[in-house]
Amino acid sequence: MANSTDIYAVPGVGAGLLDVFRRRYLLKLIVRKELRVRYRGSVLGLAWSYVKPLVQYLVLFFALGIVLRVGDQIPNYALYMFSGVIVVNFFTEAFSNATRSIVWNAALVKKIYLPRELFPVASVWVAAVHFLPQLVVLLAAALFSGWRPDVMQLVGAALGFVIVAVTATGLGLLAGAINVFFRDAENIVDMLMMIVTWTSPVLYDWTMIRRLAPDWVLTIYQLNPVTVAVELFHWAFWYPTVTKPVELPPHLMLTGLAGLGMAAVFLIIGQLVFRRLEGHFAQEV
Amino acid sequence: MGAAVIVKGLKKTFNLRHSHSLKETLVWLVKGRKGDLTKKFDALHDVSFEIQDGETVALLGFNGSGKSTLLKLISGVILPDQGTVRTKGRVAGLIEVGAGFHPDLSGRENVFLNAAILGMTEQEINEKFDEIVAFSEIEQFIDTEVKFYSSGMFLRLAFAVAVHTQPDIFLVDEILAVGDEPFQRKCLAKIKQLSDEGRTLVVVSHDLDMISRICDRGVVLSSGTVQFEGPADQAVAWLRERN
Repeated sequence: MANSTDIYAVPGVGAGLLDVFRRRYLLKLIVRKELRVRYRGSVLGLAWSYVKPLVQYLVLFFALGIVLRVGDQIPNYALYMFSGVIVVNFFTEAFSNATRSIVWNAALVKKIYLPRELFPVASVWVAAVHFLPQLVVLLAAALFSGWRPDVMQLVGAALGFVIVAVTATGLGLLAGAINVFFRDAENIVDMLMMIVTWTSPVLYDWTMIRRLAPDWVLTIYQLNPVTVAVELFHWAFWYPTVTKPVELPPHLMLTGLAGLGMAAVFLIIGQLVFRRLEGHFAQEV
Repeated sequence: MGAAVIVKGLKKTFNLRHSHSLKETLVWLVKGRKGDLTKKFDALHDVSFEIQDGETVALLGFNGSGKSTLLKLISGVILPDQGTVRTKGRVAGLIEVGAGFHPDLSGRENVFLNAAILGMTEQEINEKFDEIVAFSEIEQFIDTEVKFYSSGMFLRLAFAVAVHTQPDIFLVDEILAVGDEPFQRKCLAKIKQLSDEGRTLVVVSHDLDMISRICDRGVVLSSGTVQFEGPADQAVAWLRERN
């Protein structure tokens, strides 16, 4: 039992993301719940997380690769596109679900105090679970195309994953907190997610932007953390399978570190805004 | 001994806002902030009191007097606009039984999830699991999804989880109306046992007879201020006089 030397705590004021780490067992249970609940009552269950990206990918590949013949300029276009598409899928799922996570868990937020950062973080985690099977498919496709990566390229891929996960967590905290007060946030995020596939070199390559846009636009374009992650994935999974000479963006690892820095900034901003607004969640959600 | 909960100069104001749209806020801003976008309502006003270690205290008052708001402030679900709340040790709030339950998960999964939400560690849950299920008396249905439970089964399981979380301070809001009479007796016995173990209990209930039986002290609230503080039976009598 508590004795008089104990320090008094201020209820409802936590340590933010640090608390999420401390209560990782609860995080694990929430992630498991989300995965279980997502596919409740469906026969295919988790298989839907393969089927949906597969259909989306086939449509894109047919339209762009075969009808519009973008693939003529990019060797091994199928693999190029797939390695970018799965990064964007991970980002959009993580970000849009994190944005809705507080509102979705309103029943809990209103009744019991727990670190609310758990919900956006769990959303990103769930997206990562869905990302995994897609990565396995990518690896299989890459191996089939004679993939022999070096260590740096694998490090690059891991860095790309971390950049996307951190960016999605940061932006998810920000948008998730705002969404409690203005449900417009989730629509704005949905709109951004329609654009995000096109603001990164997923379906085309970066040299096409260089041809069209001035240098400073290209710089901004390349500083987008999602673009950084997509290029790192191209470097890791597509580049080693290409035999024709292709031009990669310069200083990939350096841009990667810059992207990580950007992601960290998003995370800090997200956490600060989240903490600022958190005190009003229970009464406003 | 010492205080387990210290509440000082507490004030809580709610915005009575009817819209959640960015558009309306912008329109309001553009029109030069004419009129109040939100109406305000003081749920609590200058509330101060202390609860000692091991005490069982009732928060009394009619509907809308601010009892539940006060309980939410002590549990940390909402934060005060003015004043401070300090608590010592682990606080478990039963603001509403089964708030963390998900209908699509089985009873077993819900026990683990809810116990973790209430602050138990994995090891503690594993140790207590059988006891929780035994207390709830629904062993047979523990692997059934909770949405198929009757309301009585649901509340029994939720209550069982809550009373096994071993908090230092236990916040109880209107949950003793759970289940049939034998189960209610069992709940009361469990509450008594928690209190005998030296845990601090803060109880909100409209069942005045029960309160005068199990509580040491009562704090009567009305329109968000403390009107009376004293022994539980006197607090109950005070409230009944004004009924």
